[in-house]
Amino acid sequence: MMWDTEFAVGILPQLLEGLVVTVQATLLGYAVALVLGLAVALVRRVRVVGPIVFAVFEFIRSTPLLVQLFFVFYLAPANLTPLTIGVAVLGVHYAAYTAEVYRSGIEGVAKGQWEACRALSLPPLRVWGAVVLPQAIRKVIPALGNYLIAMFKDTPLLFAITVHEMMFVADTIGSETFRSMEAYTLVGLLFLLVSVPSAIVIRRLERRYAAV
Amino acid sequence: MDFFVSTFPMYLAGAGITLLLTVAGSALAFVLAMAIGILGTLRNPVARGIATFYTEVFRGVAALVVMFWLAFAIPQITPYQLDINFAAILALGLNVGAYGAEVVRASINAVPRAQTEATVALNMSWARRTWRVILPQAWAQMLPTFGNLVIELMKASAIVSLVGVADLTQIANQQRAATGDTVMAFTSALVMYFVLAQLLVLGVRLLERRANRRLGRAPAGGGLLGLLRPPSPSTGAKVTAL
Repeated sequence: MMWDTEFAVGILPQLLEGLVVTVQATLLGYAVALVLGLAVALVRRVRVVGPIVFAVFEFIRSTPLLVQLFFVFYLAPANLTPLTIGVAVLGVHYAAYTAEVYRSGIEGVAKGQWEACRALSLPPLRVWGAVVLPQAIRKVIPALGNYLIAMFKDTPLLFAITVHEMMFVADTIGSETFRSMEAYTLVGLLFLLVSVPSAIVIRRLERRYAAV
Repeated sequence: MDFFVSTFPMYLAGAGITLLLTVAGSALAFVLAMAIGILGTLRNPVARGIATFYTEVFRGVAALVVMFWLAFAIPQITPYQLDINFAAILALGLNVGAYGAEVVRASINAVPRAQTEATVALNMSWARRTWRVILPQAWAQMLPTFGNLVIELMKASAIVSLVGVADLTQIANQQRAATGDTVMAFTSALVMYFVLAQLLVLGVRLLERRANRRLGRAPAGGGLLGLLRPPSPSTGAKVTAL
């Protein structure tokens, strides 16, 4: 059985629908990871609670995403959709990584900035909101961008918990028609089509912010 | 507790498979990374083209997709059926090898140009120069990142359970189905993954210390206490530089 172009063109619309779900899950999960990661990075600095939160996220970071997906999927209440579960787990898993990125950004803010805040006796909210975070986050934008691509490439794992993303669609096509070659190859190509341009954008970002 | 005692041997076997996959996948990734990474530093545009193509493809496509392609797509258009374990190792190795190749390339390029110029002045051959002068210096740079890659590969190896390899994740899924105890089934697996990751971190740090000593650099901290320090921010971080 050889490569069948007609068949490949025929399944493309279904796969593109799957790609939309993949991108959706990635972006939603990324939003969770960005917000939660920042919260974790900030809470880490609090006494007693900080180390506990840090330990929990260190554990999450050291264990596979797939097992975490299975774990939550089998425990979650029935009224949650697989996509919701997938987005939540993806977001929490990646928050463990983004928290480290934020932390390095915060630690990179010059000591003089903190001293200046004290000298002006700025309230903590303004210290963080107007001085520290704007500088810290600006510096780590490329690193955060890298995690967006990494996440995009981890999203096919949601297939294991029956989210109808690209891999799931390809797998269904494969088992219904007994033709996997076209489906999986197209999935691979679609992946390249998204991740290579994203990588180029992030390289540009890196160049722009590295100079600052 | 009963759960843990009665299923521990099975989990241990699963962890053994996971470790085997990690070792085999890392070995393959290392060979690929070295070969492709060195290709990427050559002047020859064809060599560089091959290196760029390989790294862009395998960093751009999820390892899961590659694994399914190798395991399920190849048998469709060829008479060959890859052994499922082999397909799993191949997918992991190809994926992590692409990241490794970039590390090798960057590390070699980071060796000061004067070193190359000196070897040229001494009339050393390319092979001798690379083997005796450039690689030993690049090696110390690569090592910490390689360590991270091995840990990443270990975690990524969970995907092999999806094509039916009896690794730690697969054992956990079987135990969940057999006992109905979801919490214990997956907690046991997560704890074992965590222990494996910590052991790998420890091993990587020992290697790093040895490499630093050999190059006469300051060690990363002395004694057992040095080992117990919290991991450096880079250790265990997802390697994503695309």
